Amino acid sequence: MRLARTIGIAGMLAATAVAAAEIPQEQRRSGLTFMTPETQTMQNDDTANPGMLWVLDGEALWNRKESNAGKACADCHGNAGASMKGVAARYPAFDKMLGRPVDLEQRINLCRTNHQQAPQLAFESRDLLAITAFIAKQSRGTPIEAGSDPQLEPFIAKGRALYAQRQGQLNLACSNCHDESWDKRLAGSAITQGHATGYPLYRLEWQTLGSLQRRLRACMTGIRAQAYDFGSPELVELELYLMSRSRGMPMEAPAVRP
Amino acid sequence: MDESTRREFFALAGGAAMLTVTLRPAEATPDMLASAIRNVVGTAPVKTGKVKLDIPPLVENGNTVPMTVSVASPMAPEDHVKSIHVFNEKNPQPNIGNFYLSPQAGRAQVATRIRLADSQKVVAVAKLSDGTFWSASVDVVVTLAACTEEVI
Amino acid sequence: MPSALVNIPKKAKRGDVIEIKTLMSHIMETGYRHTASGEAVARDIITSFTCRFNGAEIFRADLFPAIAANPFFTFFATVTESGKFEFEWVGDKGFSETASASISVE
Repeated sequence: MRLARTIGIAGMLAATAVAAAEIPQEQRRSGLTFMTPETQTMQNDDTANPGMLWVLDGEALWNRKESNAGKACADCHGNAGASMKGVAARYPAFDKMLGRPVDLEQRINLCRTNHQQAPQLAFESRDLLAITAFIAKQSRGTPIEAGSDPQLEPFIAKGRALYAQRQGQLNLACSNCHDESWDKRLAGSAITQGHATGYPLYRLEWQTLGSLQRRLRACMTGIRAQAYDFGSPELVELELYLMSRSRGMPMEAPAVRP
Repeated sequence: MDESTRREFFALAGGAAMLTVTLRPAEATPDMLASAIRNVVGTAPVKTGKVKLDIPPLVENGNTVPMTVSVASPMAPEDHVKSIHVFNEKNPQPNIGNFYLSPQAGRAQVATRIRLADSQKVVAVAKLSDGTFWSASVDVVVTLAACTEEVI
Repeated sequence: MPSALVNIPKKAKRGDVIEIKTLMSHIMETGYRHTASGEAVARDIITSFTCRFNGAEIFRADLFPAIAANPFFTFFATVTESGKFEFEWVGDKGFSETASASISVE
């Protein structure tokens, strides 16, 4: 914790220098553009996109009345196509009660606890992924605007510092690959710019749908660092920074990626 | 490339990709592939042609490889494709899938997503209504994902 | 909740060749994987997929572990009358799911 805070402070001081290394707006490319045409088709065709299976499940869950309060998401939020449009594009968002940002999965669980008297859904559980995918899909095409809330500035700075921090046995920072080496290859795979425009997404490597937190943890394991726990503030800060780094790019959930 | 050569290659590539040792079941051999094809065609000759096998030559991820197999055929009652059989060379098992069509199919074309464990040859054999067999094969390059991750 | 995603045109003309797309949620566990402690993970796959139109079989597939998770199939059919397509997936551990879609043909 202390180390993270020290890094955070050092990071904030170095923020301007690091921001200069961020990819300029006109050069930003979604991971979609790094994939083969066949995989792009898998994403762009709703009748062939495996992520749509979770979206369908999510729609059913959206309308399902939860046991204790007998309330469904739909009872408060109505038609998701209208009420949830643009929501995923501005998450992670600042939660006033907690005084810090929460991502979409955490927001869903907060709603369940506070308004539905329903038990929390475990991270990466099928139900949580399904509801998240259903909500995220309603923002398809909407430009990302996460992080525009001034209350989020200190957290974005922390996320930026984490992003630039070398770690793990391979001593790599996210920026080494995704800011400095994108479009090069890592052992046959294309290195993308690391934009979070399509989460939750169907990853061919997982053969299932997964969240951005899962992907970040996988990357950390890949560089032989101890991955942060699901739901940890570090992962949310990284998510927040990544989304703010992708500002202006259209949402494309549920995406497909190798 | 066999396992040890591939590891050397990645080590030379900067050590950024680290492979864990996984228990690999015995690979299918060219003999298993030949005998799996024989199970379908028996002693009949298999001619090359009519069949088109569409697989990206370099796959993004061996877990999910889009594949389309089509056969040039009028799909008329007197001349149609009865079945298409797809095989592989190096997965633990030689069979990938068998597809049975009816004359009402209209077009002898099937698309699906397959798993390929390694760079290898994929073979499609079509059985026509006149009892003849036709085939096509493709060599596919499969690379492992750059980074391994823990199972959830 | 296994879910199926099935796609056919709603309408067609007599004699049209239509494309049918199907997607079924299933892990397609190969039976060749091992846990961290070395135990084999048992095979659990869909073994057969059948499509019938107005009761008659028009397409069938045998699936092996080499078919990717969440099996996806596209195939074609000539339609000469209105009716119902019925899809059935059968597999290990008693797996059995169905779906259907209707088409109106003029």
